[in-house]
Amino acid sequence: MIVNLAFYLFSLILLASAVMVVTARNPVHAVLFLILAFVNAAVLFLLAGAEFLAFILAIVYVGAVAVLFLFVVMMLDVDFAALKEGFQRYAPIGALVGLVLFGELFMVVSGWNVLTGADAARLHPTPDNLTNAAALGSLIYTAYLPLFQLSGIVLLVAMIGAIVLTHRDRQRALRQNLAVQHARKPEDTLVLTRPALGAGAPLPAKEKETL
Amino acid sequence: MSAFFHAQFFQTDLGIVILTLLETLALLVPLLIGVAYLTWFERKVMGAIQLRKGPNVVGPFGLAQPFADAIKMLLKETITPAGADRVLFTLAPMLTFGLALVAWAVIPVNDGWAIANINVGILYLFAISSLGVYGVIIAGWASNSKYAFLGALRSAAQMVSYEVSMGFIIVTVLICVGSLNLNDIVLAQRHIWYAIPLFPLFVIFFISGLAETNRAPFDLAEGESEIVAGFFVEYSAMSFALFFLGEYANMILISGMTTLLFLGGWLCPIPFAPFTLIPGVFWFLLKVLICLFVFVWVRATLPRLRYDQLMALGWKVFLPITLVYLVAVAGVLEYFGWLPNA
Repeated sequence: MIVNLAFYLFSLILLASAVMVVTARNPVHAVLFLILAFVNAAVLFLLAGAEFLAFILAIVYVGAVAVLFLFVVMMLDVDFAALKEGFQRYAPIGALVGLVLFGELFMVVSGWNVLTGADAARLHPTPDNLTNAAALGSLIYTAYLPLFQLSGIVLLVAMIGAIVLTHRDRQRALRQNLAVQHARKPEDTLVLTRPALGAGAPLPAKEKETL
Repeated sequence: MSAFFHAQFFQTDLGIVILTLLETLALLVPLLIGVAYLTWFERKVMGAIQLRKGPNVVGPFGLAQPFADAIKMLLKETITPAGADRVLFTLAPMLTFGLALVAWAVIPVNDGWAIANINVGILYLFAISSLGVYGVIIAGWASNSKYAFLGALRSAAQMVSYEVSMGFIIVTVLICVGSLNLNDIVLAQRHIWYAIPLFPLFVIFFISGLAETNRAPFDLAEGESEIVAGFFVEYSAMSFALFFLGEYANMILISGMTTLLFLGGWLCPIPFAPFTLIPGVFWFLLKVLICLFVFVWVRATLPRLRYDQLMALGWKVFLPITLVYLVAVAGVLEYFGWLPNA
């Protein structure tokens, strides 16, 4: 009973915060509602007994992805009037796309069939003597290894792409080079001397080279 | 009577709720007192390092100082700056402090003495500690102040960077243990504490912990000489106190995590007769206290890092070392057949 109540409570919060993501006026509030939605999705995973997935969702999406997302959105200077301007024009197209997506979802859900023997397996997704993480690992690293590695490569390509897009050659920027600083000796830069009147001091060894 | 409680009442739904509440109280009250006295401990230790006396006026040895400070904080005026996002401004300190306390639900202070002995305890800890950054970001943004915002940005970049190497260190420990359960992680160290075979990771974990808690020398988010007090510059009275106490609770938490992962948790360091009789809680607290002393020692000794040095340390030093160490440990375990059978 308590589990059912908790399920409805958290799914209600999840749906409400998902709606708020779209309708919130302030983009930072929208991202915060998105984070709330992530957290509630993680709780739903917990209620379904998928504790490993729940915490991975919390760590990856809430702890890393959403932080960077919030980071970017906070620094944006969004003009709300300009955002609202195109609403009238684009509303019909948006509604059309939404309708098509909804229709597709409806077709998928209504045509959904579960194998006759699969119901029992769905009630107990992991064997009793195995923990979540162990069950998942023994599947991913044996039966689905090629797919798993393929998705890793896709992520790697995305990462390289992001680096290539944002990388700028900053040769001219002033950088601290610790090795050079540590290799400096007093005699390279410092000369103790008593110059003759009007002759000026000689330059230290290093400074002469650079001139 | 007690037999009745054990056999029947605590098995019912209501009984479980009451039992959990009592366990939570039994953990949180000592923890909060510990947090209060950690501020006293820090000031005393730093005073000793700097040849001062530290707090010595209120009560014997200044022992009542934390309570005097708490009363002072309570009596100050809570100010919300103009143009601040009121809801988020109020929420941020609560979030910081709440998360610092919530994480303790899975910490075993003795064999099986955790409120929730869950299978993925270490993931829970990692998730909660990665949420800690939100309190800082929200505070910085909601304050509607440039200094606070700069502090929040610095803190966000810093905490995300150091989490990566912390994650790799945790994974390395996990492949040695073969379980995500904190109790199992400690019990796996019966023969040797992981601080010895994984010594470089132990050091990196502790330094990353300093960065995660925004403590010196990684306290750029506060950076009082550049950005006044960073993300909590606009906070006053109790809302400031919540940030302050949250930082100290996080210090205890990171020390607890270091103890569990590397220093053998509640296990007795001297394995013969008179010492093994002392309860495990004592050893756990002793190890946590030693870690906390190092926290304070570091603060009193090292100057603050510059921002680019901080980023270079996280991404160019810690991340490669932990990555290579993870692969090396996995290779050694596989070669010698020491991989645990989960």
